[in-house]
Amino acid sequence: MQMEDNKQYQLRLEDIHLSFGGIQALNGVTTGVRKGEIFSIIGPNGAGKTCLLNCINRFYHPEKGSVILEGRDISRIKPHKIAALGIARTFQNVELFGHMSVLDNIKLGAHVHLKSGSLSGGIYYGKSRREEIDLRSHIEAKIVDLLEIEHIRKSVVHSLPYGLQKRVELARALAMRPRILLLDEPATGMNLEETEDMARFILDINEEWGVTIVLIEHDMGVVMDISDRICVLDFGQKIAEGKPAEIRHNEQVIKAYLGEEDITYSRLGA
Amino acid sequence: MEILTLPALLKRNTLRFGDKKVAIREKEFGIWQSVTWKSYYENVRDFAFGLHLLGFKREDKLSYAGDNRPEGLFSELAVQCLGGAIVGIYPDSHLDQVEYIINQSDSIFVVAGDQEQADKILDIKEKCPRVLKVIVDDPKGMRRYDDPLLAYFKDIQKSGRKLAEKEPQLFDEMIEKVTPDDVGMINYTSGTTGMPKGSMITQTNMYSVAKAQDTVDEAVDSFEYVSFLPLPWIGEQEFGVYWSLYKAFTVNFPEKVETVRENIREIGPHIMLAPPRIWEMMCSDIQVKIQDAAWIKRLFYKIFSPVGYKMAGFKLERKKPPIGWKFLNLLAYLFLFRALKNYLGLSRLVHVYTGGAPLGQEIFNLFQALGVNIKQAYGMTEQTAASIVHRTDDIRLDTVGQPLPGIEFKVSDTGELLSKGDTIFKGYYKNPEATKEALKDGWFHSGDAALIEDDGHIIIIDRMSDVMKLTDGSKFSPQLIENKLKFSPYIMEAVVVGQERPFIASMISIDMGNVGKWAENNQIPYTTFTDLSQKEEVYDLIAGEVAKTNESLPKVAKINRFVLLYKELDADDDELTRTRKVRRKFVAERYKDLIDALYGDREEFEVEADIRYQDGKGFQMKTVVRVKQVEISE
Repeated sequence: MQMEDNKQYQLRLEDIHLSFGGIQALNGVTTGVRKGEIFSIIGPNGAGKTCLLNCINRFYHPEKGSVILEGRDISRIKPHKIAALGIARTFQNVELFGHMSVLDNIKLGAHVHLKSGSLSGGIYYGKSRREEIDLRSHIEAKIVDLLEIEHIRKSVVHSLPYGLQKRVELARALAMRPRILLLDEPATGMNLEETEDMARFILDINEEWGVTIVLIEHDMGVVMDISDRICVLDFGQKIAEGKPAEIRHNEQVIKAYLGEEDITYSRLGA
Repeated sequence: MEILTLPALLKRNTLRFGDKKVAIREKEFGIWQSVTWKSYYENVRDFAFGLHLLGFKREDKLSYAGDNRPEGLFSELAVQCLGGAIVGIYPDSHLDQVEYIINQSDSIFVVAGDQEQADKILDIKEKCPRVLKVIVDDPKGMRRYDDPLLAYFKDIQKSGRKLAEKEPQLFDEMIEKVTPDDVGMINYTSGTTGMPKGSMITQTNMYSVAKAQDTVDEAVDSFEYVSFLPLPWIGEQEFGVYWSLYKAFTVNFPEKVETVRENIREIGPHIMLAPPRIWEMMCSDIQVKIQDAAWIKRLFYKIFSPVGYKMAGFKLERKKPPIGWKFLNLLAYLFLFRALKNYLGLSRLVHVYTGGAPLGQEIFNLFQALGVNIKQAYGMTEQTAASIVHRTDDIRLDTVGQPLPGIEFKVSDTGELLSKGDTIFKGYYKNPEATKEALKDGWFHSGDAALIEDDGHIIIIDRMSDVMKLTDGSKFSPQLIENKLKFSPYIMEAVVVGQERPFIASMISIDMGNVGKWAENNQIPYTTFTDLSQKEEVYDLIAGEVAKTNESLPKVAKINRFVLLYKELDADDDELTRTRKVRRKFVAERYKDLIDALYGDREEFEVEADIRYQDGKGFQMKTVVRVKQVEISE
């Protein structure tokens, strides 16, 4: 059983414990993400969803437990090396370089893959120049086109509306050419149309690039629509895991969400 | 053999230029990608053969629903090479319109530009049983689609290429079989009334209009043109397809709808055609940006723009400007106009037109002052686009110009403009009654009330059906008044009413961008369009603008009262046509309450309205609307 799981899951979390002072943020969470799926983590505020993402890309160091990527324990790897392993993420609040252009922000995401050093890059000649041109055409053909941000490619990020900034952040994460993409509330603060666009982008990335997606999102419509599997956290503990249809009717989940059945039902989109 | 069809023009250009000249450019992935004449020809050939293999025969139809892209031209020419007709569908059309056009035109293939268009066609596939294949140009996002109706543009071309390799002569033989009398396009005009009618445009029509246009304003093959207006619109067809093939100039396609302005600036076109809306937008853009500019720029604008107006005045009066003014104009050019034109991408323009609807005089003046010689072009779908244009040095603001060579005009006893010539269409598709009404003894009845001056200039008064009469019997043209109102940067649309009423009143839709900015500058908080449009201060602002308009109107045509519309007029609500002309009757029906209120005695009243979103969702809103009286000075 144990052996099989190791093979089946691309990313596995085993018995993760994390606390801040006296508060137990994560209390023995064990779960796994399969290759190529869209895996959502939901739960009420403070359930530990973002903490879990932070444990995956090593922003936080769990006191106990391990994070296993494709059979390899990455719990002791330094955070900046995580990106090179193919895990990219976006943040709950936009974390872009506001004074830089959209293209420059996206290019930064590809930094881990560039081979030329700062000296040869500064001279912009020969190999490093070719590398830069290749990178730009990759970004244009794959990312800008996919996310439909042609009209803002040269705009300065802080002048853009929030919904577009979120898209730019996703673009930057994609420039890392990740195998696993961690998305922390990508549709927050968006209107209906923007949310629908975002859901479509996530599906496109998942389908066309084959990227595994770990998603935290409060918009239940989006979660139920696009997820392959859902993991529900409450007070640092996993209370359910399964397909959207199962989660929708899981009593524990319904209780955890507000405790009131009827309200929860509407929130879960049932 | 004389060349008289578009396919033959394509072949001529290919033989002449081969791989040496760029025929089409499209910005994609951040770079302008070029298609040479040879590659244009091959793309058309491969697609034509692909369609041929799927069973497309002479007189069959293909609908194209998509943005302006090279594939739009490939589809059109391919269909025409096969002796068939292309049917253009505006990419923002509603499902029922798409369905109507596909069925009424008997289209057996539909080319869908992208996933969005493909989804629309798949939604209505049961209702369009004659459609054999939906051919998708850009397959992005459609990996999981498995509808057997779907095919992909590149695949169709691939199968066509195999046939081309086997039978290299076949395509040229096909082209030779195309006759000048073949219907090459069925063009559905939205029409301000009723269901769209499909005008049958023949190869002769297309060829003749290009030739006539080129006789008046000659183009050369080094010219650049940016195709950004909807491809199904007949004006875009004339410029981007017929004329560009006739003179082999380069057609450029913008990257996205949102990047059009930027792309125009990058290309710097030599020929440009735009409806008043675009010129109005540029005009408001200049006015707003100048207000925000550094003081030195504002100063230069203040000093030099009157010089431009003065020079434009000399030109319109056909007077030679004194040397002093010429010198000032040179300074104005160096300090202001050059930079401004460059900013808008207008510096290289040689032939520039406004068409589709009349352009406000003040906007005309502004561009003349800049040295952009905008000429009015008048035309209708049934006349294969332009039929009357201004000559470069004979521009009169009150007219739409003089007829293109080869087209004869006269005014009927009832005052209607009639025309005859090679560019007049063959008739409406499957609508002999409408054809009979429009074409009598070869004369096309335009439905426009017009006057022909002694010097050949033609004055369009209004649509025959739109000229209105007040209760005291005085006649007025609502369009004329509306165009004057729309010069104000704060006014987006206006609908003037007064038929069988004691005085003239107007419903006005504010320009959200500019009024919003004005509100910000004056520290007036607002939330939505509805909220902003019903602010007391905004009413005062617009009242000022209306009063200004009234100054230039004759006494009977002055606007007495107005209301501000609580929502923008929108083509999705059928209030505008796809080319953004107001559908007067529909608007009058929909806003009946407002019109009644305009002639009532209350100053405020409550309205309820159903608001519909593009995805079909809707809600009901309630708001209080005011009626504002405008003071009229004697």
